[in-house]
Amino acid sequence: MTDLRTQLENKEVFATELTDIWKSFDGGNSFVIKGLDLKIPKGSLTAIIGFSGTGKSVILKHILGLHRPTKGSIKVLDHELGKMTDQELVVFRRKFGVLFQSAALFDDMTVLENVCFPLIEHTPLKQEKIIEVAQEKLMQVGLAAAHFNKLPSEISGGMQKRTGLARALALDPEIIFYDEPTTGLDPILTEMVDDLIVETHKSRPGTTSIMISHDLAAAFKIADFVAMLDAGQVLLSGPPEVFFNTDIDLVKRFVNKGMKLQ
Amino acid sequence: MIQSVFKFIQNKLIQTVEALGEVILFSGKGLQGFFAKPFRGLELVRQFEFVGNQSFFIIALTGLFTGLALAFQVYMGFKVVNATNLIGPVVALGISRELGPVLTGLIIAARAGGAMAARIGTMRVNEQIDALDVMGIDTYNYLIGPRIIASIISTPLLTALFDFFAMAGAWILVVQIVGLDSAIFWDRIDQIVQVKYIFEGLFKAAIFGFVFSVICTYRGYHTKGGAQGVGEATNKGVVSSMVTIIVLDYFLMNLIRMYYHLIGVSS
Repeated sequence: MTDLRTQLENKEVFATELTDIWKSFDGGNSFVIKGLDLKIPKGSLTAIIGFSGTGKSVILKHILGLHRPTKGSIKVLDHELGKMTDQELVVFRRKFGVLFQSAALFDDMTVLENVCFPLIEHTPLKQEKIIEVAQEKLMQVGLAAAHFNKLPSEISGGMQKRTGLARALALDPEIIFYDEPTTGLDPILTEMVDDLIVETHKSRPGTTSIMISHDLAAAFKIADFVAMLDAGQVLLSGPPEVFFNTDIDLVKRFVNKGMKLQ
Repeated sequence: MIQSVFKFIQNKLIQTVEALGEVILFSGKGLQGFFAKPFRGLELVRQFEFVGNQSFFIIALTGLFTGLALAFQVYMGFKVVNATNLIGPVVALGISRELGPVLTGLIIAARAGGAMAARIGTMRVNEQIDALDVMGIDTYNYLIGPRIIASIISTPLLTALFDFFAMAGAWILVVQIVGLDSAIFWDRIDQIVQVKYIFEGLFKAAIFGFVFSVICTYRGYHTKGGAQGVGEATNKGVVSSMVTIIVLDYFLMNLIRMYYHLIGVSS
């Protein structure tokens, strides 16, 4: 935590810097994001939290370059996304790994083929090596070899998440994104996924992990940097303890209610 | 009142032009994506197999029965004026220039186009297209381009197949059932039907293949919502494709006539 604080104080490298972001989906009549500023420290495990409809997923899509802001600047790994063409963005996104809420596995491919896919697309490795790397990634996330040749529809939700994470890790990304990774999972599976995120983060020093979540207990337990959004702006950001000592009423209510529910 | 009606028409017109512009841009991206690197040979073969090979039986069957029915109706009419020896060329012209490409286009739009919209729509709502995007894979190159190109090439081939089976159906009715002379049937076709008429139909079929694949992939790619969204995208994709094919057929027919006129060839 101290390292992170020092980083923040010394204005060291940030994985992403969002400056004065505005986003409208209806030609400027209404704004979903209103002048948002957010800096995510490199190497941190960051949780972006907030009520439903506050713009968490929209922000994630902006950082991924899937949405372009109406106004404002987005820097990811020191690259200004707004200056990139669509084609340059396609190439740049290879630095990312994303675990989607639904795992987003390709349903016509087996578990192993899903993990092989990004390796086939982006590496010059031979087939045997690709399979070896994919198997290694699947084992890293704790998936047994017996499931490698099954289709996504033939495995459980937890296994699908593990497969999705293995696929996200396949190209050794510099930033790993988790979009609501525990939504719809039972408490045991939720804990398993949380542990998996922490283990993955710890096993990859220097890698930045960004998690979108409404699971407050998990966010405060596993993240070392938290940002809370409200009405398209960052209400509060910093290490988790900042959220317990704040005077902002909305944050206090959100944290108390969330922690009670957990 | 009148003002609001005009406003409504104006808004509808603007929306239609905007939608048309979006579809044209989408088709451009799809074609550009296909010719961009890497070359998606395997994906193209898969789409050929899906659009072309899997439609073989349905096209042969509908072609055969269309030929039988059309020849029968023409026979009933021509029998009255004692012109039954012209059944062959009339059926051949109708099939090769109009019915072949239009019916093939409609059948393939319903079968393959609907499946394209549903498949891509499902990928959209299940975040699989987002997954491809963040994996750094050009979705126009991987998903859209191969489907458009496979449809452009497959639809004329299927139309040729439709034409063949329709003429076989006409021959069965005219020669085997009604009992007219087979030599006269073929000789009259040979005298009247020119190869350019067949190519005219195949050209239209290629355009129809392009149209339904662009409309259906566009609908699928822009699907919103869950299962309901996929259903809507599929429905709109198929209906829009079918209507467009029928309307476009009329304009293409006139364009081809104009072309023949310009180059000084009789149509």
